[in-house]
Amino acid sequence: MRPETDPVPVLLREISTLLAKDFRLEWRQRAALGGLLLYVGSTVFVCFLSFSLRGGTPPPPAWNALLWVILLFAAINAVAKGFMQESPGQRLYYYTLVRPQAVILAKILYNTLLLTAVALLGLFLYTVFLGNPIQDAPLFVANLLLGAVGFATTLTLVSGIAAKAGGNGATLMAILGFPLMVPMLLLLIKVSKNALDGLDRSVSQQSLLTLLALNMLVGAVSYLLFPFLWRG
Amino acid sequence: MNKIVLIGIIASVASVLVTIGAVWGGQKLIEQRTAGRGWKALTVLLLLAASAAGILIDVPRLPIVNESIRNLFFHVPMWFAMIMTLLVSVWYSILYLRNPSARLDILSHEAAKSGIVLGLLGLATGSLWAKYTWGAWWTPDPRLNAAAVAMLIYGAYLVLRGSFRDEQQRARVSAIYNIFAFAAAIPLLFILPRISGNSLHPGQTGNPGFNKYDLDSTMRMVFYPAVIGWILFAFWMTQVSSRLAFLQLKLDEK
Repeated sequence: MRPETDPVPVLLREISTLLAKDFRLEWRQRAALGGLLLYVGSTVFVCFLSFSLRGGTPPPPAWNALLWVILLFAAINAVAKGFMQESPGQRLYYYTLVRPQAVILAKILYNTLLLTAVALLGLFLYTVFLGNPIQDAPLFVANLLLGAVGFATTLTLVSGIAAKAGGNGATLMAILGFPLMVPMLLLLIKVSKNALDGLDRSVSQQSLLTLLALNMLVGAVSYLLFPFLWRG
Repeated sequence: MNKIVLIGIIASVASVLVTIGAVWGGQKLIEQRTAGRGWKALTVLLLLAASAAGILIDVPRLPIVNESIRNLFFHVPMWFAMIMTLLVSVWYSILYLRNPSARLDILSHEAAKSGIVLGLLGLATGSLWAKYTWGAWWTPDPRLNAAAVAMLIYGAYLVLRGSFRDEQQRARVSAIYNIFAFAAAIPLLFILPRISGNSLHPGQTGNPGFNKYDLDSTMRMVFYPAVIGWILFAFWMTQVSSRLAFLQLKLDEK
């Protein structure tokens, strides 16, 4: 019999091990990461080329809409491969080693880090090519980060569900994920519009709090539901 | 001020209790093994009476809305009934995850389908109403968008169910998506229109009430029976379709 240990440090240890594993796998299969970065880069460049036909930068509403469309599709592509690249045998192996809560938390954390990096890089490229109409940069970046966390928490469980269905996982993930992300996107786009226009921060406060609460809710529900998904 | 807060708290607690009671009662009605002629007769009576009274009674004359205010007796109860059946569906999904059985999966699926039917009816009546009062079949109003998102989510639920071959896998994964989607999106559908603050749709601040229309007491006398009638109708529909699904399951097992 194993000696009784405090469950929280064990969970933390499992999460850090899984996180390290995910990073190592990502680094070994650099093609996927490179593909993602190239995807962001090329969509930004296509936007730049099409707007340069009419003399440079797009108007702020179009700037905002395009940025979020690019980030949304990049997020779906980035998260989709998370559970799908693992074989059923691999999953069974993890199942015998760690508890399911550690798996979902590690995946959410990993996707959050990945999407944060993608979002910041995307914003950088975007401002380089399409100009920078942002008037309240700290608020804009904070909102972008909240968006990355929100996309990661929502899409991680959805990708787990889509991976279970097998077959056309990526299509299914888009079908399942988009409607869930629309409310979140509405809030994000509203706050980023406020930041673009440099409105007073008190205007965005309520939306930011709702976003934060939504992220925590989605995280908590994923944590509770994932063990049932994992059991199969 | 304190009095208002107290009333607000009492009202929210009461509405939560009523909702829990309705979900519990709905479950009992849907799973009922007897014919249940009493409540079905009551449903028919309530729906007929509320529809007839809704068309015939005197309503307040309000600018722009005019006679179309009668749609209140149809449109709003449909949404109430949709939320109720979807809650019942989520409750069955939770029960399924705790104690899996084909029966609970069928009940959850059929309740979600009835919810979708009522949601589509609500969209259709709302769209008609919008055409006559706002001048367009669809407007980019937060509440309308929220309703469309809710329908997309349940469409995705049906697509997800269709993409499994293994029945147990299908039941478990769709129960998980049902709970996740409801928890992640439905509360926001109520919150978003309120914080956006530029909705034409009534009821965007405070309770989803009719303060703007100043519902008078005769209208209430028709409205509440209509709500109860439509909710009972939704449970009835779920009962019939789940009985059919049980029979099919039995046939398949033979």
